[in-house]
Amino acid sequence: MIITFDWLKDHLRTNLKEKNLLEQLTNIGLEVESVESLSADNELFKVAEIIKTEKHPNADRLKVCDVNIGENEIKKVVCGAENAKEGLLTIYAPPGAIIPKTKTKLVVAKIRGVTSYGMLCSESELNLSNESNGITELTEEFRKNIGKNYFSKSKSNLIDLSITPNRPDCLGFRGIARDLAASGFGKLVDLKEKKIHSKNKHTLKVKINKEKGQGCIAFGSCLIKNVKNSESPKWLKDKLISIGQKPISAIVDITNYVMFDINRPLHAYDADKIEKGITVRNSKFGEEFIALDNKKYKLESGMCVISDNKGVLGLGGIIGGTRSGTEFITKNVLLESAYFEPGSIRNTAKKLSLDTDAKFRFERGIDPLSIEDGLNKAAKLIKEICGGEISKIDIQKIETHKTKKITFDPNIFEKISGFKISLKEMIKILEDLGFEVKKDKKKLKLSVPSWRPDISQEVDIVEELVRISGYEKIKYIDPIKQRKKSTLNKFQKLFHFLQRSVASKGYLEAITWSFTDKRYNDYFRDTKKEIKIINPISSELGVLRNSIFPNLIMHINKNLDRGFKDLSLFEIGPIFNGSNPGEQNTVVCGLSAGKKSRLSWIEKDRNVDVFDAKRDLVQTLVEAGYKSEKFFIDNETPNYYHPGKSGRLFLNNGKNQIAAYFGEIHPNILKEIDIKTESLVGFEIFMENLKLPEKNLKDLKVKFSFSDYQKSERDFAFIVNKDVNAQDLIDSISSVDKSLVKDVKVFDVYEGDNIPENQKSIAISVTIQSSERTLNENDLEKINNLIIKTVENKTGAKIRS
Amino acid sequence: MSDLKKIKEEFLTKLSRKLDISEINQIKSDLFGKSGLISTQFKKIGTIAESERKKFASDLNIIKDELQNLIISKINELESAEINKKLEKEKIDITLPERSFVRGKIHPVSQTIDEISSIFSEIGFSVEEGPDVENEYNNFTALNTPENHPARDMHDTFYLDEKKQKLLRTHTSPVQIRTMLKDKPPFKIIAPGRTYRSDSDQTHSPMFHQVEGLHIDKNINMGHLKGCLNYFIKEFFEVDKIKMRFRPSHFPFTEPSAEVDIGYEIKDEKIIIGEGNQWLEILGCGMVHPNVLKNVKVDPSKFQGYAFGIGIDRLAMLKYGINDLRAFFDCDYRWLNHFGFDPLDVPTNYRGLSR
Repeated sequence: MIITFDWLKDHLRTNLKEKNLLEQLTNIGLEVESVESLSADNELFKVAEIIKTEKHPNADRLKVCDVNIGENEIKKVVCGAENAKEGLLTIYAPPGAIIPKTKTKLVVAKIRGVTSYGMLCSESELNLSNESNGITELTEEFRKNIGKNYFSKSKSNLIDLSITPNRPDCLGFRGIARDLAASGFGKLVDLKEKKIHSKNKHTLKVKINKEKGQGCIAFGSCLIKNVKNSESPKWLKDKLISIGQKPISAIVDITNYVMFDINRPLHAYDADKIEKGITVRNSKFGEEFIALDNKKYKLESGMCVISDNKGVLGLGGIIGGTRSGTEFITKNVLLESAYFEPGSIRNTAKKLSLDTDAKFRFERGIDPLSIEDGLNKAAKLIKEICGGEISKIDIQKIETHKTKKITFDPNIFEKISGFKISLKEMIKILEDLGFEVKKDKKKLKLSVPSWRPDISQEVDIVEELVRISGYEKIKYIDPIKQRKKSTLNKFQKLFHFLQRSVASKGYLEAITWSFTDKRYNDYFRDTKKEIKIINPISSELGVLRNSIFPNLIMHINKNLDRGFKDLSLFEIGPIFNGSNPGEQNTVVCGLSAGKKSRLSWIEKDRNVDVFDAKRDLVQTLVEAGYKSEKFFIDNETPNYYHPGKSGRLFLNNGKNQIAAYFGEIHPNILKEIDIKTESLVGFEIFMENLKLPEKNLKDLKVKFSFSDYQKSERDFAFIVNKDVNAQDLIDSISSVDKSLVKDVKVFDVYEGDNIPENQKSIAISVTIQSSERTLNENDLEKINNLIIKTVENKTGAKIRS
Repeated sequence: MSDLKKIKEEFLTKLSRKLDISEINQIKSDLFGKSGLISTQFKKIGTIAESERKKFASDLNIIKDELQNLIISKINELESAEINKKLEKEKIDITLPERSFVRGKIHPVSQTIDEISSIFSEIGFSVEEGPDVENEYNNFTALNTPENHPARDMHDTFYLDEKKQKLLRTHTSPVQIRTMLKDKPPFKIIAPGRTYRSDSDQTHSPMFHQVEGLHIDKNINMGHLKGCLNYFIKEFFEVDKIKMRFRPSHFPFTEPSAEVDIGYEIKDEKIIIGEGNQWLEILGCGMVHPNVLKNVKVDPSKFQGYAFGIGIDRLAMLKYGINDLRAFFDCDYRWLNHFGFDPLDVPTNYRGLSR
């Protein structure tokens, strides 16, 4: 809501300065978003006429216009608007002017080779409306103003208030003034609108259909005959322009003025264009009408329409139609002042994607008792400015407004706010806000003013009282430093541990969006369901991610483009398996590209490989407390990994839940997304599949035992078929005697000369140690033989002699 | 001259020459080997007259010690000369670079979440979480924002189904609902996490982070809210004094509601928190609306309290001088390196939030 202090003074008597006003508005919850000075900058914008247009020599969509800016001065302006044509009256901004919307300063500039001196402005660029289609079109009335300032000089600044949706009453100057006065900022001017006393009959019949879902509760109107519509008088035009509105004609301007002044939307019809009276009814499916924004709307059933015999005239409370719109030649006017149900307004406007000043107000809730005041005020102004005879007021309604009553216990105030104010003070604040207050023993019986749809219970009253007395009165009560429950649960602790553990291995933590590009997601979706966002911000962000890889790869690729070659990124966050709440998992995903020790004087270059990823993965899990000797690894991985160079990790032999995958990203994917790097390897840890530790560290640290007896290391070389895994050999050896075999290490893998085809040699070092005695040669020989026998039996290996 | 003296003279002379290690070892064996000169003399002790035996033995021991020590020191000398010679050859250019290392970093948002958790941990809040995909009820209706409420317009919501029943949560407030439905009061939680709104420009990102706070007990009033936030902001920005302003606002799920501004000024292009005459909005809060409590089966006549929601990214921007929100999610290697934190810098109570 844009206001000026000058206009506000129509309702508020005060000697205070604008600076105080700004502070007080914010203090009572009417937040000042911005303050803009109109006067100085806007003096540059002139009414101008296009006298010639030519096609731009170098651009099809642009025109070169000769613009008459008054006093025989012609400027050449390049313009892209379709509606720029000879004879059009519009608004010209010279070089040096600052465009209100973009805050950019115009300069003389060459546009595709043609010099443009200034600019022709759209309404949206001037903050006059949201209309950005083409440049402003001014009416013929402005012809005499060519060369003159479009904006009148105003001493008052534009104050933009952000009115919260619960305060429709503050979408008009009156309501803002009332709040200010209640808070002690000036005195509210008494403005009892005098009633119209007319003997003229209202000859146009209005009927509200009583039907299910009827969105119109009351429809007030009066007929004004024999008016002479014209341009508004200066005071009215200035007033509207002062808050950034564009004057149109006296009748329309008056309805707008009343709307902004007392928050009472009105609509004016050309009564002669209405066929046999008005019916307010639900629309039928497929009905059409052309609205005042010159767009054709096709209606669904059940929308609240104002109609006549010929069909829809307008959407009640949202927008009128062109068929019954007032014009300069309009003679007889029907003035409408109605109450529309907020939900109905909102539904209709949403379905048709319509937003108007009236809709904005009705959907928040207009004062249902302001119907008459609005008609009185507007009709009298029309009579003053346009002449004519006013008829009696007619009000049709299907429901009568009931005043809301609240019984308020004053003690609740302190219980919630934590501070005290006197009962007298409470009563004064409430009365100033328009409540009727009656004391009833220890309680207050309150009648809620009709313009406050937001107030329905005691806590609403508390809010009013705290707001008007001032939030600065709330005390500071220091928090108590006491903890009754641990801050993090085990899962959260593990999350933080894994996060920092992976980072400590040289990975930069990335946070990427939970949605991603469908194309990238498909590479990593595996068998998961695609989850579409119905209204994505762009088609490249159309699905929830089924894996973190799509985003990480995209960003690795961008960084490669930035010239980095060796990169490691990781993210810990959600992936989605379904569109229901909770169908998501927490994944730690790492991705490395490029080489290890590139261009090193001391170390040999090599590509990052699957065993780097495996090390980072295993080390992270070990650091987090999982026992690597229990891990089980095989090579069954999703299709986005290299089928031969990737693995699946279980925390134990039980193979219950997959703890992680690791490996090279499938070369086909690299090819498809055109990523240029020597190597790309990654891992994924599925946090929900990690068993949370049952024991705390303190319980794990209790017993420390070790053996001081001599240990022996024995080396073995086995020849096995190529498809036998090293892990099988390790497992066989470990299983021989758990109390003696302390460590098993693969130290060489060899294929080639001297080894039969399809076979390989695996060399293993085994550490043997007893915790009871020193083993003698005999013992060692025994266990050696046992190891050889077991491995040969279990894996088909042969010891290499 | 006695034999002993002769041996001594002869070998002292021999040992005074320049010898290599094998020559010394030869001398050692000549003297102390099985049939070495000194060894032989020792065997003679028994044959010497008793009157002379004592002196002979004593002289022999002295000579033995003298020669032995001399040999040992000669050997040591040679060995260390050898090592020194070797070291001379082993000299390298120590200014050559070390073996390469890479540093990982923690994202500033993660670091900020840890800082926030650490601060609230000290005053007894525990951390709760909720899903990113929410149902319409938890995100809006239960929070006193019924359908067709204009407040829903303030949330540009991403939906996952045509009926608009499933959505990406627009704030962390649904965690309030989940927590209160799951347990019994009192509640004292914070809930950090990802939030989503279909809004994308220089200052808005379609995904951002919030932390929700909720404290419900028997007599929690607006003074507790003010005290808690004042404490938090002071701790977070690591300053002694803070300028804070509560001003009335509206959220459907709290009443009375407030927005909180903090004072700041710009000095040398850097933002200074807690001083100056400019106000910066940093969070929204209020007393939990009785309708919300009723929705989660908490009796509003017995329990009351406050809730707040803070933009985490914004806090991080203010504290660490980051001026572009979009960069948080852009994963630029340079940016992550610059604004990221060492994983060992874990914010804690005892060593402080930051170095």
